[in-house]
Amino acid sequence: MTFIKDFRSEHRADLTELSFSLHMIRHSPLTILGMGLVSGLVVLAVLAPFIIPYPEDAYVSMHPESALMPVSFQHLFGTDEMGRDLFSRSIYGTRISLQVGVVVIAVAAIIGVVLGGVAGYFGGVIDEAIMRITDAFLSIPGLVLALAVAATLGPGLNNAMAAIAVTWWPWYSRLVRGQVLEIKQELYIEAARSMGGGKLYIIFKHIMPNTLAPIIINASMDVGFAILTAASLGFLGLGAQPPAPEWGLMISTGRKYMPTRWWYTTFPGLMIFLSVLGFNLLGDGLRDLLDPRIRRKGRVKR
Amino acid sequence: MSNILKYVAKRLLLLVLVLAIVVTITFVLSHVIPGDPARLYAGPHARSDQIERARIELGLNKPLWEQYALFWMGLLSGNLGMSIHTRRPVTLDLLDYFPATVELTTVAMTITVILGILLGIASALHKDKAPDHASRLFALSGVAMPTFWLGILAQLVIGQMLGILPISGRVDPMIGLIYPTQKITGLLIVDSLITGNIPAFLSALTHIILPALTLAFGTLAIVSRMMRALMLDVLDKDYIRTAKSLGLPDRLVVYKYAMRNALIPVITVIGLSFGYTLGGAFLVETVFDWPGLGRYTTDSIVTLDYPAILGVVLLTSFVYVLVNLAVDLLYAYLNPKIRY
Repeated sequence: MTFIKDFRSEHRADLTELSFSLHMIRHSPLTILGMGLVSGLVVLAVLAPFIIPYPEDAYVSMHPESALMPVSFQHLFGTDEMGRDLFSRSIYGTRISLQVGVVVIAVAAIIGVVLGGVAGYFGGVIDEAIMRITDAFLSIPGLVLALAVAATLGPGLNNAMAAIAVTWWPWYSRLVRGQVLEIKQELYIEAARSMGGGKLYIIFKHIMPNTLAPIIINASMDVGFAILTAASLGFLGLGAQPPAPEWGLMISTGRKYMPTRWWYTTFPGLMIFLSVLGFNLLGDGLRDLLDPRIRRKGRVKR
Repeated sequence: MSNILKYVAKRLLLLVLVLAIVVTITFVLSHVIPGDPARLYAGPHARSDQIERARIELGLNKPLWEQYALFWMGLLSGNLGMSIHTRRPVTLDLLDYFPATVELTTVAMTITVILGILLGIASALHKDKAPDHASRLFALSGVAMPTFWLGILAQLVIGQMLGILPISGRVDPMIGLIYPTQKITGLLIVDSLITGNIPAFLSALTHIILPALTLAFGTLAIVSRMMRALMLDVLDKDYIRTAKSLGLPDRLVVYKYAMRNALIPVITVIGLSFGYTLGGAFLVETVFDWPGLGRYTTDSIVTLDYPAILGVVLLTSFVYVLVNLAVDLLYAYLNPKIRY
């Protein structure tokens, strides 16, 4: 008992924060929905090979006798032109899309943090050079640039991921630079410097941790948008290639069988929709939780 | 006034710099192509001497810096190279396909701006009531909905099941044949209207509705949410309370005093939305068989037509940058606070 008491008094501030966070989450149904959708997708992605009814249909398999069957209990989402179960393929597609979203945004965020951090901290000519290049990348509409890079590298999932990362890092370098510029002016940075803190020490110990919250908020939203972009490239034939069960590619193939085989395009699209929605709501919820300005507002209300 | 001139000059200078970097990016892109552009240009069954000739014709045998200089010179004289799949200068191709995209994006942006602002006002006035929740739901689904999927669903439900609107092309092929439209601006709706070609005009108008609505859906969400937030902010201001306490009619307070002030920041989102719309047009055009830049690009991708793809990148970024400049200048003009 004394242990619990000690723990409580020692971590009082943390515990209040935690209970406040839980309170905020509990009172935001949309955040709960977002967390539910995202964790559902993660579970599906991890367990996909074990839970889908027709694991062999995820990639190549042929069942001509059951081609293009409508929705039924055997095939919840119907079947495609090769008789593959679209439910199995849609669920399996979660693996591809989540991987794409997370990897792309991680790469983009790392590039952005390094470049934005350098630009913001050192300023001057370095800042100008980095930011003008950032501007140039941002002045090409995202999907158009991704399309051009993907086309240049050649069709394929890995190239599509590289292409999307190329279009995404400028947002992060701009974000991080702005943050660093703001934090650099804070009193505690001056204090650290006056105590003889080295440049690297200040960057990694004091500046970087404080830029983390906005990066996490943006990243959680962007994972959804990266999934959407990857699906768009897949739809245009520049992303994953057959027989991969990628949602955009499935919609592109299914379009040939419209309007009679409506299920072919409808369900993979629904998966994209739910993924983007989930990450978007999660990002919104995290913003409310992590942004101190919005947080304080919530506290007053309480 | 000299301040605003200085601002314009500064923006123009930056614009030139940014465009120069964009050109360099596309040059780099065109030189990291895996595979041999000369071989692609010469065709799949070319002999080695033909490939050599193509290499010389394309200037690929010259040193890199010279190729870069030539790239610039070509660009400045409006020469973007030859398209591999149409066998025509890329510049001519772009001139042919671009108007259809302009038409589609303009109509879509108009829908976005007008409907987005009205929706934003409606949900701000009914905050936390049914219209607000409905518009929030609408906005959420607009952001998360894949454009190409929405287009396919619209074709299925509105075009096929209800049979209300045509689902592909710019104009009915029969009407296009019987009442051909003389090309003036390349914008079919405008051209047919000027020349008094009513059947073609009506057909073009009904053909653009579905693709334009599909394209507008995503950005509509962004604009309406922004407008809502700004309206709520403005409606909370003292001068609105004063206006209300003076007994001015609600309509006047909302549309004259509140809306006008909320509109200025919304202009900045419009520039950003234009980028999304331009990118989204590529998907919508593919779905609705719309003969614009997007379809030209997808055809180019299939044939690995790099000069065409890079031409499209240069053109779209040029247009995007100009639109953003116009938006910023308009913003500076309307908002004296940032005139520096």
